[in-house]
Amino acid sequence: MDAIILQILNGLDKGGAYALIALGLTLIFGTLGVVNFAHGALFMLGAFCAVTFAKLLTISERVRDESVTFFEAYKEVPYLEIWYGDTGRAIVEWAVPLSIIMAIPVMLLIGFAMERGLIRFFYKRSHAEQILVTFGLAIVLQEIVKHFFGANPIPLTAPSALAGSADIGQWFGMTNISYPMWRIIYFLFSLLVIAAVFAFLQLTTFGMVVRAGMADRETVGLLGINIGRKFTIVFGIAAVVAGLAGVMYTPILAPNYHLGMDFLVLSFVVVVVGGMGSLGGAVVAGFLLGILQSFASMTEVKAIVPGIDQIIIYLVAVVVLLVRPRGLMGRKGVMEA
Amino acid sequence: MSETVLTSDKAMGKSPAEKDRKNAGMAGFLSSSNSDYLMAALFALAIFTMPLWLAPIGAGYPDILQKFAIFGIFALGFNILFGFSGYLSFGHAAFLGAGSYAAVWMFKLLSMNAVLAVAFSIVIAGIFALAIGFVSLRRSGIYFSILTLAFAQMSYNLAYSVLTPITNGETGLQISRTDPRVLDNMFREPGAALPVPDFFGIELQGWPGFYFCATLLVLAFFLTMRIKNSTFGMMLFAIKSNQNRMAYTGFSTRPYLLAAFVISGMYAGLAGGLLAVTDPLAGADRMQWTASGEVVLMTILGGVGTLLGPVIGAAVMKYLEQIFSSFNEGVLHRAFDFLTPELQDLMVGITSPFVGEGWHLTLGLMFMIVVIFLPGGIMEGLRRIASATRGRRAGSGDAN
Repeated sequence: MDAIILQILNGLDKGGAYALIALGLTLIFGTLGVVNFAHGALFMLGAFCAVTFAKLLTISERVRDESVTFFEAYKEVPYLEIWYGDTGRAIVEWAVPLSIIMAIPVMLLIGFAMERGLIRFFYKRSHAEQILVTFGLAIVLQEIVKHFFGANPIPLTAPSALAGSADIGQWFGMTNISYPMWRIIYFLFSLLVIAAVFAFLQLTTFGMVVRAGMADRETVGLLGINIGRKFTIVFGIAAVVAGLAGVMYTPILAPNYHLGMDFLVLSFVVVVVGGMGSLGGAVVAGFLLGILQSFASMTEVKAIVPGIDQIIIYLVAVVVLLVRPRGLMGRKGVMEA
Repeated sequence: MSETVLTSDKAMGKSPAEKDRKNAGMAGFLSSSNSDYLMAALFALAIFTMPLWLAPIGAGYPDILQKFAIFGIFALGFNILFGFSGYLSFGHAAFLGAGSYAAVWMFKLLSMNAVLAVAFSIVIAGIFALAIGFVSLRRSGIYFSILTLAFAQMSYNLAYSVLTPITNGETGLQISRTDPRVLDNMFREPGAALPVPDFFGIELQGWPGFYFCATLLVLAFFLTMRIKNSTFGMMLFAIKSNQNRMAYTGFSTRPYLLAAFVISGMYAGLAGGLLAVTDPLAGADRMQWTASGEVVLMTILGGVGTLLGPVIGAAVMKYLEQIFSSFNEGVLHRAFDFLTPELQDLMVGITSPFVGEGWHLTLGLMFMIVVIFLPGGIMEGLRRIASATRGRRAGSGDAN
């Protein structure tokens, strides 16, 4: 029982990342009709927003290290710490969550720029061409990041208050199951972002138009609504969602420049399993596949079917596509070919 | 049948040139073989004299010419599927990898003769493609792309983990002196040195290696041409322009697509086998999806659906890769020698991210530029230039 709960927990954070990326992909596909192979790169850019922010906060001055008395030693002290003392130190420590403040406007701008500069010229072109051009863009983005940040992963740490493990078992009155705190935070954070996106779509007028656009783009245009601008904003939102997923994932997995590609393929599979154009499907499938993957990496399971952990997600995708091509929650008649 | 194809062409708004070509293909289908032979002969001439006419641009040595030929075959095969039938496979590298592994196993078990190895890699890749194609072709469009991608990633992941006894995991499969090599060892004692792939006694290294690959490229090209001009090829083009119409006229499209997929996979297997012939080593990274993306780019760069395009695209890309990745700041400084020192530093600063380690950046940009501005690739560009000059000549004639 404990093992099962642990595996479910293990799947939740990864599932959260899949769900967030897949949500953005679906949003873009459903409204704009564009297959965005550069979405993984947006996730990666988000992660590097956190890296940049942390670097900015830790711009340091070399000062004499007073604790060493035998010889002259120097240490780097961030300016923030020098200026604001303990508050500054706390800010530096909370760099990852705080970088959300920077990531939102930056990702929004990147999203706008991408849509205005490139994607909008591809609305009328074939899916194959959309895949190809965004694939090219993804390569360009990751090479730019590689140029500035190097090829090695850059580890970031979670704030020490959230870095330890939590005894989850105790919360529910069970035997002790301890689990890294940050992963739980990530899961809750992803739920929060998903809820925010859904609330935005369900409760605002703008969201209503977007949903209408997903159902029937042409009619919405005929009603005299400027879809072009709405599309740009939707793309920006999708970019922010992917970026936030990336920011918060940095303490779990040190980001390097091809992080995006690794997640992209899996997220596409998630979208297909959930159903192209179904937002709920993307979220459910994201968590489902995350959990499934963590179950498949149990040693007991691997003993029965060797290598299953490597291929489980793809295998599920193949089965789903063949048996139920519209995906778990896809609407009938949408992209069923 | 021809009616359907032509009307659907009109509906799809195909260029007049392509329609003409199709008409000619229809009418002159039986008598076209003479021009086919001429074309193949010209192509063969061009390929076999590559060492001469590519020497001035610094590509006159066997290593790179081999790459041109091998990836030319790979792109030719990919084009049979994507260019002719419009099905975008994002997992073609799996067949390339399978071909490489098959060839190296042949070297290990039976003989260093390249013919056996290449034949075996074609067969293995064909079987592999049959299995994957049978499942993937149940869907079309983006679903097909994702299915093939999923299968390729599965193969890649498995090659790295569970299939290590066959693939030797991360190290990659290599030949060694102690391999059984049953056929070879029946006739001669194993030598002290590591054996080299041969063609009935001719060691395939350097120039013989290039001519071996080049011969196969010419054969592959000829076969592709025959496929394109055959009824089967017309079927594939018809599927590309309108699959529903094909179905309405009573054709089951799947057998044709599956045949195209398997043929295309066998080309990839042949290319993989040749990679192993020129360097007897096979690694899983050949199966990675970035490798699949590379062949897509080669085909697009040259010209999707054209005969020569993929070969040109493959050669251009491999050439640029060679050039760009070998550049460094020193070379750049020499290239901008004619400028003042300040300007020179500026130019080097601007261009250095694009060369050496940054070659992939250039690749990505090239990819985008081609897809955005020149979806027809180099062939389309050449055609435009040709028609522009013709137009200017006609224009000046009017003025007179």
